[in-house]
Amino acid sequence: MTEALSPGAPAAALRTARIPLFHRLLKTPVGLAALSFLALLVLAAILAPVLSPADPNLASLQDVSARPGPAHVLGADSAGRDVFSRLLFSSRFSLAGALVTLLVAAAIGVTGGLIAGYYGKWFDAISSWLTNLLMALPGIIVLLAARAVLGPSMWLSMAIFGVLLSPAFFRLVYAAVTAVRNELYVDAARVSGLSDSRIIGRHILTVVRAPVIIQASMVAGIAVAIQAGLEFLGLGDMTIPTWGSMLNDGFANIYKAPLLTLWPSLAIGLTCVALTLLANTMRDVLERSSSPKRRRTKAAAPAPVKREAVVRHAESERTSATLGEELLVMKELSVGYTQPDGSVKSVVNDVSLTVRRGEVHGLIGESGSGKTQTAWSILRLLPEGGRVTSGSILFEGKDLAHASEPDMTRIRGRKIAYIPQEPMSNLDASFTIGSQLVEPMRVCLGLSKREAKDRALALLGRVGIPNPQRTFAAYPHEVSGGMAQRVLIAGAVSCNPDLLIADEPTTALDVTVQAEVLDLLRTLQSEMNMGVVLVTHNFGVVADLCDRVSVMRDGRIVETGPVKSIFAHPEHPYTRTLFDAILEDGDARGALNPVPAAVAKETPSE
Amino acid sequence: MNEVLLDVKDVIVDYPLKGLGKHPFRALKGVSIEILAGETVGLVGESGSGKTTLGRAVLGLASVTGGSILYKGKDISRLGRRQRRALASEIQVVFQDPYTSLNPSLTIEQILAEPLTVRNVPARDASKRVADLLDQVGLPGSAADRLPREFSGGQRQRIAIARALALQPRLIVCDEPVSALDLSTQARVLDLFRDIQDRTGVAYLFVSHDLSVVRHLSHRVAVMYHGEIVEWGDGDQVTSEPVHPYTQRLLMASPVPDPVRQAQRRADRFRLLELQREQDVQAGVA
Repeated sequence: MTEALSPGAPAAALRTARIPLFHRLLKTPVGLAALSFLALLVLAAILAPVLSPADPNLASLQDVSARPGPAHVLGADSAGRDVFSRLLFSSRFSLAGALVTLLVAAAIGVTGGLIAGYYGKWFDAISSWLTNLLMALPGIIVLLAARAVLGPSMWLSMAIFGVLLSPAFFRLVYAAVTAVRNELYVDAARVSGLSDSRIIGRHILTVVRAPVIIQASMVAGIAVAIQAGLEFLGLGDMTIPTWGSMLNDGFANIYKAPLLTLWPSLAIGLTCVALTLLANTMRDVLERSSSPKRRRTKAAAPAPVKREAVVRHAESERTSATLGEELLVMKELSVGYTQPDGSVKSVVNDVSLTVRRGEVHGLIGESGSGKTQTAWSILRLLPEGGRVTSGSILFEGKDLAHASEPDMTRIRGRKIAYIPQEPMSNLDASFTIGSQLVEPMRVCLGLSKREAKDRALALLGRVGIPNPQRTFAAYPHEVSGGMAQRVLIAGAVSCNPDLLIADEPTTALDVTVQAEVLDLLRTLQSEMNMGVVLVTHNFGVVADLCDRVSVMRDGRIVETGPVKSIFAHPEHPYTRTLFDAILEDGDARGALNPVPAAVAKETPSE
Repeated sequence: MNEVLLDVKDVIVDYPLKGLGKHPFRALKGVSIEILAGETVGLVGESGSGKTTLGRAVLGLASVTGGSILYKGKDISRLGRRQRRALASEIQVVFQDPYTSLNPSLTIEQILAEPLTVRNVPARDASKRVADLLDQVGLPGSAADRLPREFSGGQRQRIAIARALALQPRLIVCDEPVSALDLSTQARVLDLFRDIQDRTGVAYLFVSHDLSVVRHLSHRVAVMYHGEIVEWGDGDQVTSEPVHPYTQRLLMASPVPDPVRQAQRRADRFRLLELQREQDVQAGVA
């Protein structure tokens, strides 16, 4: 039997992600404009010898500072050289200079980042040290020194500037590579027999490709600006025309011929703006679609389930006789999420359940069955976009589905408490455990600092923490997962709640710790006579703790009733499928071949 | 009797800790285990017991400090990268997390064909083999040109299994391959593992924290605790009548999906813990 392949919708969304970046860029107006400008510029630079009407270095005394006219389209400069021709040739040299910087920076930064990130060890240490050194160097001073020693060469200065800019690529690639180096798919590729160069080329380069392209565009912009700056200061090679040297000339004659500064400024400004806008657009386009981050999408949308009656088991004598009043009555509750297109996607449909005082009600189902959504809706803690679309949640005569936010704040923590699945992520790492326990008690119970601390210590002892004083003063990372869950349980019961919502409270724990935490929940529940809603996917946990269980599937309850009755006579086909999938009672595999008993009974040689 | 495929002898693995002068963390403290051809050996333990580290040591992903790992009689514990690559067609892996073990930017065909093209299998043959692999793990051929995120957890794990099978290995290290899956999916994937073993005679080192999963699939079972193997023997015996106190605690701690028998087991567990505590006290006195 095979799980059905996900149909239509998600697949369609993916197709767009596979369209090449270039095509998607052209669809955005800004990207189109920036790309067309840059394309024109490159074209002009390449065709400069063909397009320019005159030699860019040909000085003519008659034309000194000539105004634009038929002889010179954009006029002539202080030496009588044709401005339009110089502008065309300048693009050539300015862009080529920027390209040199870019290539040097990318070659050093990307290779270094890949090697340091992938292999680590001594190369990592040395290259990180070098990067820090480079970043600490004052760039302009290095360039001045280089010019003094090596003479005026634009190419050389730009190459040196490339070295100075390489940390921009190094840091980016290094961070990306260290993030994926330990991904399981890289390990799997290694086990598949791929060589390191192949793993880097195929699995790691794909992750850094997009950010490197974006960074390249930014760096090119910086290089153009710096190159112009150097030439403007007169530090470049005076024999070749560049935007910077044109600007310098224009600036010297700004009163005589103000237009001379306009053309190079426009070229520099527009090029930098175009490159930066291009980088931004690329980032937007890339990040909106196929981000390499892991995403846990539910593969298949739940097939529309036709409304079918819930299988209800008869009340057993224990449940009706010994339990207290109805604490929580949920009637035909539906929960939906508003989608970007305005429609509402329903995740819980017509769920009705009752929890009495002193009763543990289990909600069991597979992932995506809506069990956690149901639990969250009781606390009204649904994630962004989620809301109760219909039905009611009656708790102490109040409808929680429509209660005001201040009312909910009064109820949460005091009347209804919550235990999460991941104990560690539910404790704030920057506060001690003690302060996280004391604060809610001072607010909810109005205790003084002293009283609250005493109570917190007593509670920590009560939940089985061996040394309450030490745990009270500890930070969350100093205790184990099992201890953290005990701390959260202590916090949950600290304000004597009537109802406890436990969302997979033992899933993240080891089996032996799980057994202890379940024992603790059981004794606390009966001592304090709380009602409990227990969300779980484990039938063993249900059998251990629950009085009553509801089996959920695709946002609906399919079967509900006292635990013993459901385990003894599951009626709904889905419940039966789940029971059949349980391995606990299955036969062992047995020995591989009939082997001599002496070998089979081998015990550890200690 | 089948030949011994993998023989792990007194393997020690240390993880260096950050900071000068700190002693490395010893994840494996001299572990010995053997796997026969065509056999499943289950490796049970809780988090931090070293079970995953043992799997990674066999795969050459964790460096071995001491001891030896013999594969078909040859020590593979300290191979160079080149020699290790040659072993790819012998030892393969299926990881726990089906969400991170497949490269999200490659199609299924690219993922499955990768190990083949490295070995210079012509593109046409590789493509045929991919279709065959997908068929073996019960996925339709149309899956080939899709991306991993278009699949559910169970389907992704099938793809990971297909990748492991691509080079027809003799041994697959399975590191918690079903613990991220839903109950019913888990049962189907386990059946697939058994089915593949029956067809191809591949051996498994099956790492799991779940005694019942290991029991279902393993011929022999080893129980790990704090970097050591505390019990090792016949799968049925270890998972139903364990001898070592830790295995007994482990077995008693996993809840039975039956309220009546779970109540019984809970009582048994308390009795066992009480008994072990008394024994500890006596041992301390003596």
